[in-house]
Amino acid sequence: MTGSIASRWTGSPHAAKAPRDRTLLLLLPAVAMLVLMFFEPMVLYFVRTFMECQGSVGEFAAQASDLLLSQPYLTALATTNWIALTVTLAVLLVGYPIAYYLTTVTGPSVSVVVLAIVLPYFTSIIVRTFSWMVLLGEHGLVNDTLRAIGVISEPLPLMYNRLGVLIGMSYVLLPYMVLTLYAAMRGIDISLLRAAEGLGASGFYTFRRVYFPLSLHGVLSGALIVYILSIGYFITPALMGGQHDIMVAMLIDRSSRWRSTGPRRR
Amino acid sequence: MDSDLAARSAPAAVDKLALPAPVAATRGAIELRGLTKRYGEETVVDAIALSIAPGEFFSLLGPSGSGKTTTLMMVAGFVQPDGGAILLDGKDMAAVPPQKRGFGMVFQNYAIFPHLSVFENIAFPLRARRWPNGAVAERVSWALELVRLGRFGDRHAHQLSGGQQQRVALARAIVFHPPVVLMDEPLGALDKNLRFEMQVEIKEIQQRLGMTVLYVTHDQEEAMSMSDRIAILNRGRIDQVGPPGEVYERPANTFVGRFLGEANLIEGTVAPHLGDDTRLVLRSGHELRAPRGSRCSGGAQGMLFVRPERIEITPGANAAGGPRDNALAGRIRRCAFLGNILRYAVDIDRIAPVTVDLQNAVGVAPLPVGAPVVLRWPVAESLILPAEP
Repeated sequence: MTGSIASRWTGSPHAAKAPRDRTLLLLLPAVAMLVLMFFEPMVLYFVRTFMECQGSVGEFAAQASDLLLSQPYLTALATTNWIALTVTLAVLLVGYPIAYYLTTVTGPSVSVVVLAIVLPYFTSIIVRTFSWMVLLGEHGLVNDTLRAIGVISEPLPLMYNRLGVLIGMSYVLLPYMVLTLYAAMRGIDISLLRAAEGLGASGFYTFRRVYFPLSLHGVLSGALIVYILSIGYFITPALMGGQHDIMVAMLIDRSSRWRSTGPRRR
Repeated sequence: MDSDLAARSAPAAVDKLALPAPVAATRGAIELRGLTKRYGEETVVDAIALSIAPGEFFSLLGPSGSGKTTTLMMVAGFVQPDGGAILLDGKDMAAVPPQKRGFGMVFQNYAIFPHLSVFENIAFPLRARRWPNGAVAERVSWALELVRLGRFGDRHAHQLSGGQQQRVALARAIVFHPPVVLMDEPLGALDKNLRFEMQVEIKEIQQRLGMTVLYVTHDQEEAMSMSDRIAILNRGRIDQVGPPGEVYERPANTFVGRFLGEANLIEGTVAPHLGDDTRLVLRSGHELRAPRGSRCSGGAQGMLFVRPERIEITPGANAAGGPRDNALAGRIRRCAFLGNILRYAVDIDRIAPVTVDLQNAVGVAPLPVGAPVVLRWPVAESLILPAEP
């Protein structure tokens, strides 16, 4: 299928003549990959599900909608969205000042700070999640320290609940926000801030009327990236969440595991 | 003057401005006392002292790196001085942050807020001061009319030409009636014709509103055409302060002479005074004279300064000067056609070529290259300056 697309495009005399058409060819590897690795398995999966269903089309549709509208699925959808939105907001609040700080750093220290943000992410995500468990567990570093200095007598429930999921996911997704914001903020003309101040605006007014609006497209794209990544998140909520924090990705994992180990061997 | 201005530019608009003109300024006196800025080992502004009167149009003129922008940024409050003081109407500004100094500012790249409309850009200083909406609308439309952008309030900055953006920046700087407006090379990005037009407009508005303007530029024509007084900066120091005519015709040193326009600087040795004149003996043995008062003692190396347009050029070889004239004989080396003037380079025996400007007037025919000519100019137009170290 992809082969036929490729030959039709490269072989077209119109494509060769018009430079605009030829630039579209640059999309070809991405399109091919999407079709092969995403679209095709999705279609196959759907077709197989349909084939395995014994009843008519109507029965299949009813069965499917019953399943999708069942309580566990709706709860998981709501939980997923709530967690994703909260994580996006938390990451934005933590990431915005970091990104701004990055724009004020000059010279080689920029790379040092960026590296400090990115380097931990070369470690496996599972390792990083487990290290959070070491920190936040019932006998983890945080609880032990707080108990030792007498702030609390009982350990705080920092893990195996919603809070644990939020902490873990926010940590993992922070660099996406920081780097996206940094790219947007770096494009803001500093002389505009100077102009605002010179014309009588306070620091806060300058931020509200000039800096933040100019950084808004970075905020939106950063939030979109983090939100999209959040709704599909799996490992962190599975390891750090409680039994009520079932996200959509976990449901998908469960049912697909059942499918690949169950009925297929039949 | 105001009525003929009004007739020439948009009459209806200007009548609405309801401001007596020119306003006698009482606020906006700036004094700099020994203002100094160092970056590391380098002193970029070196003990600058200036006193600018209310309502004065004052220019800081100098080449890049002379410290003029740094001086302006210290006055604005963006750069912290390492020494000295800035006084506004006698009040020390050291502890006052930029937003509280109350200056209007026009920046080199305009610094128009790209996400705001023209109206909101101009309203910015008013909204920052928490003016009520009605007063903001009234004042912004006043400013829009003043810079002749009446219909452009709804537009965005990227829909405007360079000249229009410049007008927005100007309107934004004056909309809150600041006693002092600071301008940092505001016309640097405009083409020559537009620049001249904007010079006239800025000057008119400044006089109409009676505001003090501190203007930074590296363009000597711009500085001379607009300023009441000019300070010429060189390596962080002020070489000379004075009205345009004075600094152009009586430069304090060779740097000022060269920087303000084409200048002839003829090298020689200063001879003892003779009567009212100071004499300069050239290497060729010729003697040139200038009025006494030049700061050169006998025996020192000196340079005779004369502007190219003050020299008369006639064909011939007999260089006999009259009692009140200097004269030199030479040959035409080159003639450059500059439109309104013809610029000759004339070879003189054993000294650097002398430049002579001739108005391209009716009946003037260019002299051929190689022709023998006599250069003659009044002693009163000459000035002997200390030679460059």
